Order: sequence, then structure tokens, then C-alpha cells
Amino acid sequence: MSLIDWFANRRKTEPAIQKQGEREIADGLWSKCQVCGAVAYTKDLKANQLVCLECGHHSRVDSDERINQLIDAQTWQPLGEEIRPTDPLEFNDRKAYRDRIKDYQAKTGLTDAVKTGIGLIDGLPLALGVMDFRFMGGSMGSVVGERLCLLIERATEERFPVVIICASGGARMQEGMLSLMQMAKISGALHRHQSSKLLYIPVLTHPTTGGVTASFAMLGDLILAEPKATIGFAGRRVIEQTLREKLPEGFQTSEYLLQHGFVDQIVPRTQLKKTLAQLISLHQPFYPLNSHIVETDSAIRQEHSVSVIEEQNIQSN
Amino acid sequence: MPKTERKNFLLDFEKPLCELESRIEQIRQLAAENQVDVSGEIAQLEARASTLRKEIFGSLTPAQRLQLARHPRRPSTLDYIQAITDEWLEIHGDRSGNDDPALVGGVGRLNGRPVVLMGHQKGRDTKDNVARNFGMAAPGGYRKALRLMEHANKFGMPILTFIDTPGAWAGVEAEKLGQGEAIAYNLRQMFGLEVPIITTVIGEGGSGGALGIGVADRLLMFEHSVYTVASPEACAAILWKDAKKSPQAASALKITSRDLKQLGLIDAILPEPPSAAHSEPLEAAATLKQALWENIENLSEMSIQQRQQLRYEKFRKMGVFEQVS
Ligand SMILES: [Zn+2]
Repeated sequence: MSLIDWFANRRKTEPAIQKQGEREIADGLWSKCQVCGAVAYTKDLKANQLVCLECGHHSRVDSDERINQLIDAQTWQPLGEEIRPTDPLEFNDRKAYRDRIKDYQAKTGLTDAVKTGIGLIDGLPLALGVMDFRFMGGSMGSVVGERLCLLIERATEERFPVVIICASGGARMQEGMLSLMQMAKISGALHRHQSSKLLYIPVLTHPTTGGVTASFAMLGDLILAEPKATIGFAGRRVIEQTLREKLPEGFQTSEYLLQHGFVDQIVPRTQLKKTLAQLISLHQPFYPLNSHIVETDSAIRQEHSVSVIEEQNIQSN
Repeated sequence: MPKTERKNFLLDFEKPLCELESRIEQIRQLAAENQVDVSGEIAQLEARASTLRKEIFGSLTPAQRLQLARHPRRPSTLDYIQAITDEWLEIHGDRSGNDDPALVGGVGRLNGRPVVLMGHQKGRDTKDNVARNFGMAAPGGYRKALRLMEHANKFGMPILTFIDTPGAWAGVEAEKLGQGEAIAYNLRQMFGLEVPIITTVIGEGGSGGALGIGVADRLLMFEHSVYTVASPEACAAILWKDAKKSPQAASALKITSRDLKQLGLIDAILPEPPSAAHSEPLEAAATLKQALWENIENLSEMSIQQRQQLRYEKFRKMGVFEQVS
């Protein structure tokens, strides 16, 4: 009997205990999968990196948890935390942007929608940016732009690869054109990183849309995606409204992008660290090979000259 | 433009001025027919019209500027290209199976100097607009634009881009062909171009679709044009949960040339004729030509490395944040 059946049976026969079960889900002891409804011990789910043990659904991971999943223990050095959001336009829709920032900071414990830093991944140095969808939908404002640029510039300087875990609804409208220009700013930093022949891999997670898709999410030398993530430029609703027709099945998913050539691999979260480390390792400059060629070359030359000398010696003898 | 035709596209705030102008015209005709001297009255009325014009166009709300920026008679990319070049030839296609009519470009000569020009192209009327997809470029448009830019780079020609789009095309085909990738790729590659790049917002600058040809050494904006992260309508629908709040959104988003100059995001504002660019397109074109030429000359004095460095720094410093210790 699966866990879910067990719960279903209990629901029928033991209403009092079932209530207690629900309380446990609320308490966070148990977690219910949003897709298949399977109930798992939260500890087990966390051990499986928040991937449903039954159906493989990838639920949202916050930035700290993601850093723990990817970076070797005790090696994370955060960067850019001193960069904090302000309210440059004094934007006020139904709520002042200034207050919105404070509320999200209090609610999430984050200062803005991205965490950046340097760490080791299976012993290899990596500049990592992790977007956090909990903070205003991972929207890209001045702070996201500045932190990512500082990260990429540091990586260019130290010749580190860059990985950015993307999760964003797009631009942060409350910062107006300042937000749009972050797309150009980050792309500029990536231009320098790429001109230095360094590796950049964005990982597209659910959801990656709008301005992030139209900038750094699509600029990887290699692009990875988590299974069944929504990835696209325009929002589904916008497209539906303009077309007045149903969208094709699986439209704007990781699988759709893979099929159309915009993603290199779909990697389950449980394999992500291993895959990233493997790719980074494959793209390390292979000095031994190069120096080996040079050595062999000069060795041959040396050997040749030795033999010439020997010949001369023989002759002189 | 014939008066009757202009009336068809009249914006609300233009009406009092237009009424006054047609009254002056009527009096003038009547006087001519009856051979009466009304020059005194005419001069008075014209002075009033001039004051009214200044009042109206000097105190436009952001929402009204948005209307002007989208005015169907506002000069388009092709209008300006034809008006400012000595000669020019359109170049077609992205070499990957598409030629986007919403993003056009070609090679031409400005004051004798070969340049590459390109921009979003809106339609003149409904039929034309359907053919041009309302100036909303598809991935093929952005790829054609980059092809043109690389062409310019190879032959050492300055690049002049013109922004006039509600946004990049949002459709199934556009997503399938990688709208996000097409724009992203342009953003990055434009930082590496060796030739001077000058972008002018001539009408509506809509989001990523505008920025996709907008990474430049100089960013100019016509006085009544707008540049925005999202259309005020969409912004109102999302943030205010009410599309009717779009005038509020237009103000809050800071989309006018003056706002963006203040924020340090654009380099210069190109003044428009007294009743905006659509009233005197040739005058607007002359202003544009002058500004482009000055910038080309100025940018040409720098080395390639200098231009690339300054282009990087220009965008690098965009953003407002606090730094805590
Ligand atoms: Zn499940």
C-alpha cells in the first residue's frame, strides 16, 4: 500500500486521526506533492532535494537550500550582500514599493531576489548566482543586476566559471526602465566573461520568463533546465489573449525548449551537482595535454640534436 | 498632411488647437474671397494658437505623450531613413528562413558617409499594420538586425538604430523560434561591436523588444517618445489589477524623455516641432540628422577600445541601490 492509499484509507475509517495527519502536514512534518498528491515525510523529501519520491515533481527550492545542494560544505563565500534595494522611482501602486521591499525582506529573510558567491563544486571553484522566486517573484531590479554583474566580473578576473540558477517572473516593474536596463548590463558583463573564453552555464528552473529569458538565461555556452519547468519570453496569458486560441500541449516547458534546440540537457535536480561538476571539469584548461605536446616536441628535437651530436662524435672518433 | 486626414487621427488634447487653426484658415479664405483685409485679426488669432500650442505640448501628461508616441501619423523608421539619407538600399532576411517586415534595415549614406540603418517598422494604416505586425518584431527580426550590425562592423560603418515598437512579438511561433534567445544574443553581441552605435527612440520604446536593438554608445530620444519596461496597460493590469489605471501606471513608470534623462538612462532629448513630430515630419528629420551626425563625428574620434570601454561603463552604472557596510 502506498503512503497516499494509506492516508486515503485512514480518511475513510478514522476521521479523528486523519485530522491529526493534516495538522502534521501543516506543521511541516509531512509534505503533500502538488502534482500527484503523494505524502512524504518532509525529511525524506528534503533528502531527495525536494523532488517528489513518487512522481519526480520538482518543488521550489529556496536559494540557501540550493546553495547547500550544489556547493561543497564550508566553502561558500557570499558576495554582494551589501547591495540593497531602494525605491528610486518612489513607486506606489496599491502599495508603496518601499513597503513591499520591507515586507518581502521580513517574510523571506532575504535582502533581494538573488544570492551570489564563490564556492567549490566537487572541489572546483565556481561563481554561483541563485535567484529566489520567493522575493517578489524573482523579479530583476537594480540589486539583482548589480549583484550578478559583481559576480560575473569577479569570475572574469579570477577565471572562474559562472553558473546562474534562474527563477524569475521577469523585470521588476516598480523600478521602471532601471529594471529593463539590467538585462543589458548583465549581458555586458557576460560578454566580457565570454570574451575571456570562460564557461557560463545558466540552469533554468520553474519559472524562467520575461526579461531573464531575454538576457542571461539564454546566453549560456551550455544551458541546462530542470524537468517540466516553465520557460518562455512572453507570458502564456498574453499569448492566449493575442491569439485567442489554445496553446500547444507542453508549450514553454523545458521539454519544449529541448525539442526546439534552446536547451542542451534536462537534468533532474538530484543529478544537478554531479552534472555541473562534470561539465566544469570537462571545460577546465587541460594544461597537461598542451605541455605534453610541447615537451614531446622539444624532447624529439633534443633527441634529434643528441643523435646528431652523437653522429658527429662517432664521425670525429 | 491634408487637414481632413489629420482630423481623422486627432487626439483629444489636440482638438482645441486644431479647431482654432481651422478657424484661422476659414477666416483667411473668406477674407480672400471678399477681398477684405483681416491681417490684424489673423495675427492675433495666430498668436493665440501659438500660446495654446505651447500650453498643450508643454504640459502633456505621460499618458498623453504615450498617445503621441503611438500616433498613427508619427514618422516611422522608413520615413526617417528616407528623409535623412542621401541614398539607401534595404537589406532583407536573417539567413535562417525569415525576413521580418516589422524590423527593417539597410545600407545608406549620411552626409556622404556609408552607414547601416535599422529599426522597428509600424504600419501606416490597418492593412499595412497587419503586414508589419504593428512593429512587433519576431526572432527573425532580431537576427536580421544582428546580421546587419555585423555587416556594419565588417565594413566599418556606424550603426544607427531606431526604436518604435510596443514590444517583441508574443506568439507561439515567436516562442518556438526563441524570442528570448534572439534578444539576449543581440544584447551581448552589441557590446563587442567595434563601430559606433547610436540608438534613437523615435516613438514607442516597448520593453525587451526595444532594447534588443538598443545597446548603443549613445541613446537619444525624441521629446514626445516613450521608453518603458512594460506597457502601462500591462503594468496597470498586473500591479493595479485594473487596466483602466494605465494613466497612473504611465506616470509611475517614468517613461518620458525628461524622466529618463533625469535618471541618467538616455544621453539626449531631441526637441520636436511645436505640434510634435507628426505635424512637421521633415523638421523632425532634420533635427534627427543633425544629432546623428554630431554623434557619429564625436564617436569616430575615439579608438575602438575606448568606445567599447565607454559602452560597457555606460550600461554598467545603470541601476539605483544602497550599499550597506
Ligand atoms: Zn508527486
